[in-house]
Amino acid sequence: MRQFLYVLIGIFFGIVLFKSEAASWFRIYEMFQFHAFHMYGIIGSALILGILGIQVIKRFDIKSFYGRQIKFEPKERNFKRYLFGGILFGLGWALAGACPGPIFTLLGAGFGPMLLVLVSAIFGTYVYGLLKNRLPH
Amino acid sequence: MNWILQPWPWYISGPLIALVMFLLIMMGKNFGMSSNLRTLCTICGAGKQADFFKFDWKSQKWNLMVVLGVCIGGYIGANFLSLDTSVSIGLDTIAQLNSLGFDSAGKAYLPTELFSLSMFSDIKSITLLIVGGFLVGFGARYAGGCTSGHAISGLSNLQIPSFIAVVGFFIGGLVMIHILFPLIFKL
Repeated sequence: MRQFLYVLIGIFFGIVLFKSEAASWFRIYEMFQFHAFHMYGIIGSALILGILGIQVIKRFDIKSFYGRQIKFEPKERNFKRYLFGGILFGLGWALAGACPGPIFTLLGAGFGPMLLVLVSAIFGTYVYGLLKNRLPH
Repeated sequence: MNWILQPWPWYISGPLIALVMFLLIMMGKNFGMSSNLRTLCTICGAGKQADFFKFDWKSQKWNLMVVLGVCIGGYIGANFLSLDTSVSIGLDTIAQLNSLGFDSAGKAYLPTELFSLSMFSDIKSITLLIVGGFLVGFGARYAGGCTSGHAISGLSNLQIPSFIAVVGFFIGGLVMIHILFPLIFKL
């Protein structure tokens, strides 16, 4: 049952990604050209509501649907990995025009070549795992 | 109901993405798509080669279910909830893309030059998608998250590391579009 709820949440997210055009290569290009407000509006409005909502959860100690305490894991304090990793990710995001969520949305939408992007992304993750201890973090 | 078949504006889409994050938080989980790539590596047996992949992937099954849904959602969005999937970007952007050789700008959801099946006969397009995908996977794990994990979840929780990562996303994206695109696509 719970697994089914996750699928439903995913379906909803996939529809939003497709219909908002956040999964469109063209929208990503346009964003990095600063030609339109669209992508900034999407991320910005999600962020403002996200910040408010998380504050509410913390202040009022809201419990999960299953009555558990909600924990927010702080990200590990580091600098290099976020900057270097972020830059590499940004290069790929702009080139492929898709981040991990949209890769799956676009596969479902029927864009076959996305499979190539997905397999390469899995391979990229694998290579990171192999090199992890040798990279500056 | 006709509006639903049109592209959704940012002020609808952004709040709905926040809703997705909150639904996952309220389920006791977190919002982050790229960790699924690591889980998929583990399922493929990568734990034999690197400790990074040694974990019980079943603990991440819920997120694979989310991503399965994301696929189905893409299918539904494209096939049942859209009349015309071409993305109406501005005329300036279209002109710029035309000059880079993207004739499908303004007429499609994704550039047909890179994402139609005929790209499989074009070595350059294949190489670009492979390099792009590789950087997305490698970079996301190196940075410890992608757009959903850092730009939405991490920043919502006011995490400085996520801010650094998002600055990195933009440095990379701007370099790619402004410096590398003219070199890659005008050749």
